[in-house]
Amino acid sequence: MKDLFAVVMLSGIYGLLSASFFVALDAVDVAFTEASVGAGIATLLMLVTVTMTGRYEHTAHHKPIWALVVVLVTGVLLIYGTLDMPYFGSADAPGHLHVAPRYINDSMQEIGVPNIVTSVLASYRGYDTLGEVVVIFTAGVGVLALLSVTRRPEESAEIDATNVSMHKKHLILRIVTKMLIPFILIFALYVQFHGDYGPGGGFQAGVIFAAAIILYSMLFGMSTARRVINQPLVQFLSAFGVLIYGSVGIVSMLNGGNFLDYNLLSDDPVAGQHLGILLVELGIGCTVTSVMVIIYFNFGGRTEDYMRNRTKDA
Amino acid sequence: MFLGLYNYWIMVVLMMIGFYIVIAHGNLVKKIVGLTIFQTSVFIFYISISNIDGGTAPILAEGISRYSNPLPHVLILTAIVVGIATTALGLALAMRIMEAYGSIEEEEIQQRDNREC
Repeated sequence: MKDLFAVVMLSGIYGLLSASFFVALDAVDVAFTEASVGAGIATLLMLVTVTMTGRYEHTAHHKPIWALVVVLVTGVLLIYGTLDMPYFGSADAPGHLHVAPRYINDSMQEIGVPNIVTSVLASYRGYDTLGEVVVIFTAGVGVLALLSVTRRPEESAEIDATNVSMHKKHLILRIVTKMLIPFILIFALYVQFHGDYGPGGGFQAGVIFAAAIILYSMLFGMSTARRVINQPLVQFLSAFGVLIYGSVGIVSMLNGGNFLDYNLLSDDPVAGQHLGILLVELGIGCTVTSVMVIIYFNFGGRTEDYMRNRTKDA
Repeated sequence: MFLGLYNYWIMVVLMMIGFYIVIAHGNLVKKIVGLTIFQTSVFIFYISISNIDGGTAPILAEGISRYSNPLPHVLILTAIVVGIATTALGLALAMRIMEAYGSIEEEEIQQRDNREC
């Protein structure tokens, strides 16, 4: 397929399909994340890139026959490797016998949170999750380093002029969006704080919150959104989330425990766990939201600049 | 006899589709789409491993004794969000290449590099 727009839309549909597939396999938290990330944000970022890089792919001159051979050989080898694997859905597979029973049987007494995924994510494997949050933060810093542009005020005024004419057209969309945004934000907060009891948590809430902000900036123009959302503040928040997470670990160390041992945050171990998970999820939410916003704003700003320079040259 | 392994075969097919796109196409955006398909196949692999016949979603409730394995869910949950962050970084690199070379086709970029040195 040579039309990259169609490719990107199909990959969005694929993301949504795999999300429903995860629901069918009982992984509700994962499905939630995949639906908001794979079908939402990823498609959007690819669309922004395609507007800048051009819609059509050039025809290749080399023959893909060798690539096909390599792929087929690798595929056959991988399938040969699966012949020893446990069958789909079998309860006595080695993976289910080791750590998982402890999480399922004891997490209610130890953590006091019904959603096992949340208790494993934020408490048992808190150290891992800290690492993931730092990776996301680093990606945000990387995008900032690659794409950020310093803007002079007269340039922003020029962008405004083009935006006003462009955004007058979508009156219905703008009104509906304005009504929807508060609900999206409230839903994100619900997902954030209800993650202990149902599917949800900091990662999903962060992406949904960012989606509301991105929706606003899509319909009202980048420069309006830039005025509403203070960029230095967003950049500060992305680091602040990591700081909250790390500080929870340090506080539990100062109370005489291990790093990220929430039992010592309060007199009652279970209350300490609750407090620790709440704070840690808050940190995750902060970082994920602000990194997604940083990524989108820099992508959009860069594309706007590139398009304007090109029309000027032509 | 081996029909119980079909989940792994679906995963392998998806993974090879992604792999083929990455090595056979010259367009950088298409390569990144291929990479995300590859990534999703690994997610599906982990989630299908965690599934148990007759199990439910791992949220504790009265009267349910059989749950899916929560550990792969946690790993993949974070992997998805890290995946979008790295995809964004890749797309940002593609945008910078477009600015510097005026193209994101691998062959054209290589031709320009060869002419310059």
